[in-house]
Amino acid sequence: MIAHAIVFYIFSLIAIVSAIMVTVSKNTVNSVFFLILDFISISCLFIMIGAEFLGMIMLIVYVGAVAVLFLFVVMMLNVAQQKNEWFNSSGRSSHIPVGLLVSIIIFFELIIVIGGWKYKPDLLDSIAIEINTDLTNTQSLGSVIYTDYIHLFQLSGMVLLVAMIGAIVLTFRQRSGVKRQSYFKQISRDRKDGIELVDVENNKGVKIDV
Amino acid sequence: MVELFIFFEQIYRILFLLIPVLVSVAMIVWLDRRVWAFVQKRRGPNVVGPFGLFQTLADALKYIFKEIIIPASSNKVIFILAPIVTMTLALIAWAVIPFSETFVLADINVGILYLFAVSSLGVYGIIMGGWASNSKYPFLGAIRSAAQMVSYEVSIGVIIINVLLCVGSLNLSDIVLAQKDLWFVIPLFPMFIIFFISALAETNRPPFDLPEAEAELVAGYQTEYSGMMYAMFWLGEYANILLMCAMGSILFLGGWLSPIDLFPFNVIPAPIWLILKILFLFILFALIKAIVPRYRYDQLMKLGWKIFLPFSLIYVVLTASFLMYFDLLPGN
Repeated sequence: MIAHAIVFYIFSLIAIVSAIMVTVSKNTVNSVFFLILDFISISCLFIMIGAEFLGMIMLIVYVGAVAVLFLFVVMMLNVAQQKNEWFNSSGRSSHIPVGLLVSIIIFFELIIVIGGWKYKPDLLDSIAIEINTDLTNTQSLGSVIYTDYIHLFQLSGMVLLVAMIGAIVLTFRQRSGVKRQSYFKQISRDRKDGIELVDVENNKGVKIDV
Repeated sequence: MVELFIFFEQIYRILFLLIPVLVSVAMIVWLDRRVWAFVQKRRGPNVVGPFGLFQTLADALKYIFKEIIIPASSNKVIFILAPIVTMTLALIAWAVIPFSETFVLADINVGILYLFAVSSLGVYGIIMGGWASNSKYPFLGAIRSAAQMVSYEVSIGVIIINVLLCVGSLNLSDIVLAQKDLWFVIPLFPMFIIFFISALAETNRPPFDLPEAEAELVAGYQTEYSGMMYAMFWLGEYANILLMCAMGSILFLGGWLSPIDLFPFNVIPAPIWLILKILFLFILFALIKAIVPRYRYDQLMKLGWKIFLPFSLIYVVLTASFLMYFDLLPGN
C-alpha cells in the first residue's frame, strides 16, 4: 500500500510540475514536450486507479495523435517565430486578460463540480446505471455507452463529424494548374493512344500536333 | 525479504526476455541484409563469423568506438533523448507479447491497446531527433514521418477493431486462444494484407522509407547522428520491425499455436512457433525491401487515407454484420 502511495505521489508530482512547465517554458516546442509528459503521467494515474482502458485511450488519442499534430504545428510556427511580431514580448501582455478570464471561469467550474461531489456524497447515487464490478472496465464501458447512452454517443459522433467537415472546408482551397495523377487513366492507356505510326516521305518531315 | 525476492525475480524475467530480443535484433539485421543480397544475386555479409553471423556485432563495436558528434546549434537535451526514446519504446512493448500460454511478462487486460499505444508513441523519437538536430534535412524527414505514421496508425487501429470483433477481448492471450480452430488470416485475409502494408509504413520500411529517403533527404532524421546514438536509432527501428511482425503473427497467424494439432507439430514448444511466424513475416518484410521501389509521398498519403481507411472501415461493417447474422459474436 505504501509503495502504491509513493508511486501515486511521484506520478502526480510529475504531472503537476510538467503542467506548470507547459505554461512557464519559453520555448513552445519544449512546452509541447512537457504537455506530452503531463499526458503520460496522467494516463499512468488512470491505470493506477484501475481505469486501464481510459489510460490507454488517453495515450493513444492524446499522446499518439493530438500531441503529434500539436508538435507538428508548433515546430512549423517556430521557424516563422523570429519574424513574427505577434510572439514578441511587447505583444504578449495583451493576451493576459483573455487568458485570465478563461482560467477564472474554469477554476469556478471546477470548484462547483468538485464541491458538489465532496459535500453532497449522495450525488453519486443519483446515477441510474448499475455498474457490474465483475466485468473488466472495457466491457462495462462498452455496454454502458453502446446500449444505455447510444443516442448521446451517436450525437457526439455527429458533432465530431461536423467539426471535421468544417475544418476541411475551412482549409480546402482549389488550386488551378495542378496536374493530378490518375491510375485508371494511366493503366487504361494502350498502344493505340500513345503511339502513331507515320510513313515519312523523304525530305518532307512530319507535322506533329500536340 | 519476500518482496526483495519477487523484485529480483521480475528483474531476472525482464532480462530473460530483453537479452534474447536484443540478440535477435542483431541477427535480424544480418538476415535482412542477407535476404536483400540474395534477391539481387549478391552474397551479402559472409565474412565475420560463420555465414557472416557476427557482422552486426562487428558493426555495433565499430559504432561504440566512434565519436558521438553533437551539432553546436542543436537542442542538446532533446537531441540526446531522441534515440533513447526510440530504443526504450521499442523494447517496453515486448512486455505484453505472449510467447506461450504461461510465458508472458505482463498479461494485462488491455494488451493490444498497450501495443498500439506504444507503437504510436514511436513517432516521438523520430520527431524529436529531426527537430533537435536543427537542420533542414532531418526536419523535413521528421515532418514526413510524423504525417506518415499518424496516417497509417489510423488504419492499423481499424484493423485491430476487426480482429477484436471476432475475439471479444483486448487481452493478447485471449486473442491467440480465439484462433485455436481458425487463424484470423483466413476470414480476415484482406485485413492481413492491409495490416502488413501499414506495418511497413509504420516502421518506415521500404517502400515507405520516405523519412530517410537517401536520394532526397541524405538520411532524413538520422542525418546529424553518429556513433552509438545512430546505432540506437537503428536498433530501435529493427526492434520495432520485429514487434510489428510479432503483432501480425499474434493478430492473424495464431501466435504461439501450431498450425495443425497433430503429432509432429504439437510437440514443438509454443515459443518456437511464434518465433517461426515472426521470422516468416520478417522475411516477407526483407523481400519487399528488395523488390519494391519507393513510393512517392502523395501516393503514400493517398494509399493510407483514400484506400486503406475506407476499405478497412467497410470491412468492420461486414465483419460485424456477418458475426451478428450468424450469431457468432463472442460473449454470447
